[in-house]
Amino acid sequence: MNVLTNHSLYEQAILFIAALVVFTSFLMLAQKRLSSLVAVFAWQGLLLAATTALCAYTQQNPHLYTSALISLVLKGFLIPWMLLRLIVKFDMHREVESLLYPTYVMTAAAALVLFSYYVVLPIEQLSALATRNAIAVSLAVVLLGMLAMVSRRQAVAHVVGFMSIENGLFFAAVAATQGMPMVVEIGIAFDVLVAAVVFGVFFFHIRESIDSLDVDRLNRLSEVDR
Amino acid sequence: MTALYPVLGIPLLGMPLLALLGSIDKAGKVNVYLNGAGFLASLWLAIEVFNNGPMTVAAGEFRIDAFNVYLVVLTTFVGLTTAIFSAPYMLNETRHGRLTPNRLRLYHTMYQGFMLAMLVVLTTNNMGVLWVAMEGATLATVLLVSLYRTPESVEAAWKYFILCGVGIAQALFGTVLLYFAAGQIGTGGLGMQWSVLFEHAAELNPTVLSLAFVFLLVGYGTKIGLVPLHNWLPDAHSEGPTPMSAILSGLLLNDALYAVVRCKMLVDGSTGTHMAGYLMMGFGLLSFLVAALFLHRQRDIKRLFSYSSIEHMGMMTFAFGLGGPLATFAALMHMTMHSLTKSAIFVTVGHAAQLAKTQQLEKIRGLIKTQPAIGWGLLIGTAAIAGFPPFGVFTSEFLVLTATMQQFPWLTPLLLIGIGIAFAGLFRYIQPVVYGAVPEGQHPISANLWPVAVHLILVLWMGLSIPGVLSNWFDQATQTIAGSSPL
Repeated sequence: MNVLTNHSLYEQAILFIAALVVFTSFLMLAQKRLSSLVAVFAWQGLLLAATTALCAYTQQNPHLYTSALISLVLKGFLIPWMLLRLIVKFDMHREVESLLYPTYVMTAAAALVLFSYYVVLPIEQLSALATRNAIAVSLAVVLLGMLAMVSRRQAVAHVVGFMSIENGLFFAAVAATQGMPMVVEIGIAFDVLVAAVVFGVFFFHIRESIDSLDVDRLNRLSEVDR
Repeated sequence: MTALYPVLGIPLLGMPLLALLGSIDKAGKVNVYLNGAGFLASLWLAIEVFNNGPMTVAAGEFRIDAFNVYLVVLTTFVGLTTAIFSAPYMLNETRHGRLTPNRLRLYHTMYQGFMLAMLVVLTTNNMGVLWVAMEGATLATVLLVSLYRTPESVEAAWKYFILCGVGIAQALFGTVLLYFAAGQIGTGGLGMQWSVLFEHAAELNPTVLSLAFVFLLVGYGTKIGLVPLHNWLPDAHSEGPTPMSAILSGLLLNDALYAVVRCKMLVDGSTGTHMAGYLMMGFGLLSFLVAALFLHRQRDIKRLFSYSSIEHMGMMTFAFGLGGPLATFAALMHMTMHSLTKSAIFVTVGHAAQLAKTQQLEKIRGLIKTQPAIGWGLLIGTAAIAGFPPFGVFTSEFLVLTATMQQFPWLTPLLLIGIGIAFAGLFRYIQPVVYGAVPEGQHPISANLWPVAVHLILVLWMGLSIPGVLSNWFDQATQTIAGSSPL
């Protein structure tokens, strides 16, 4: 592997970005305004694109450059822009959401990061420091994304959580395995794009049916008699 | 030239075609013809595989063997019969003003999109593409669940989207780990191909693969509807249009289980332990028992049968988890039987709900007097799915029980109790629905029960005697999965 040529520098850069990615995930948990939440999400997308580009540079792998470009356009700009436009359209950009139990959520988030490292522990003997960290970090981002979805009530926040889970997975794919085959990456990017559009359609449907985007109010279907 | 190209090409062309034609009255018929052509192509493919054995197409990107080709035929067959039912049914819904022409267009386009996604899931050799197609199936169906735009259906679709989306993201993590493990032994870009992974399974790092399997099982398990990840399933089935429920229950769940079994084959080859099997048995048994209990507190007829789907998927997962040749044979057969029976039931239920103008179990009464065909269809279908002899479901459940007796005798009582509870749950609701006093003003409707009759006759036939071709087929698939023959 020609990664070994600039072994330490590459590793350090990846570790640094990995730390930043987890940091953005934590920021997402604490954002009260939807528009700043989307901005943090865009930053995460940019970091992802940077990782991919870095990986492409060290390996001289042209297909990873394409993948970096896709991440940059899709996750860094297009999807955040779509979300922001919807937020403005629904007049929610000034709304401040009160977060439920912020202290507990943060503690849980820290615990989840520890847990991710614990899960990845058996892989330790296998690979380089950067890879191991990358897998742990991406698992942490996935779990933090889920936590963000659980702790929020706004449909937009759920979508951001969902997309950040996807970011975490992409980070693992790029940093730990040097990118998946092109056909798979394009397929995933296509799925993400379609998902973003479908989510947009859903916002309108949900608003039409419950007159808000508070998903806690989606509670008609259950097994319990009311 | 192999038949794989038309099998995948027909739905691929069908999507834009129906996007153009979808809103006209004849669109339902076009959908039927497309699915009919797809079914014929899949039969051709089956004959090819039957004569020449497993084959790979397009530089190893697609791989067809006995296991997936039989599911391809099943998928296109259920797709065809459901399309036959759907054509007049959806037209009827439009006439009653529940749908606009544009939503009908969306429906028909996405029907083909869903078929395409399912067929790619089955035929691809690339674990990444499999994931992409599985997510594609979610995307194709999610807007169909909310097709009627009632608050309930929007809620169901949202839940479906979020739960399945997050769930299946776990499967992607598992897939990345698989690729990572393959990278360790230097397979390069081919490391995502199932056949390459399977060939080198013994060299893959067992720790990484065990970890990967947990994620894959949780991810695809969400789609199978395994408890506790099943919450989306009854909602999506009950709120979407009925043909959707039939193909979700008959096809999507099977194909997700197919993905898990493929992953299990890799993990077993690597770890050499029964870890994956135990996990599947545990999840399967839990789903089976919990769903059987939930059958007793349903108020919506489609919800009732979707819990029955969870129950049967649980049993199949359990049987694949057991893993011996007999259990695998039984699971394969149960997959087929459940698909045929359950889609027939959903078709009948769709008619019943149109006739009674409600899906509430308390309000649907006296079907057999109002319209005997629907009443008998529902009764026979329910008897079949509850595992009555002489239907095929009985045979496959009996085989699962036999296999359990051989390997884990102490689990047999749990299965028997579950079957009993599920049987009681189904019949306590269906008996009054079929025989109860007819409410005033209930009239027969125009119904096309051909698909139901064909499915139920097939199920009956396979309960009485499995045709030689089919048993040979199951046998070959069993050899592919379990390594030896049960016969």
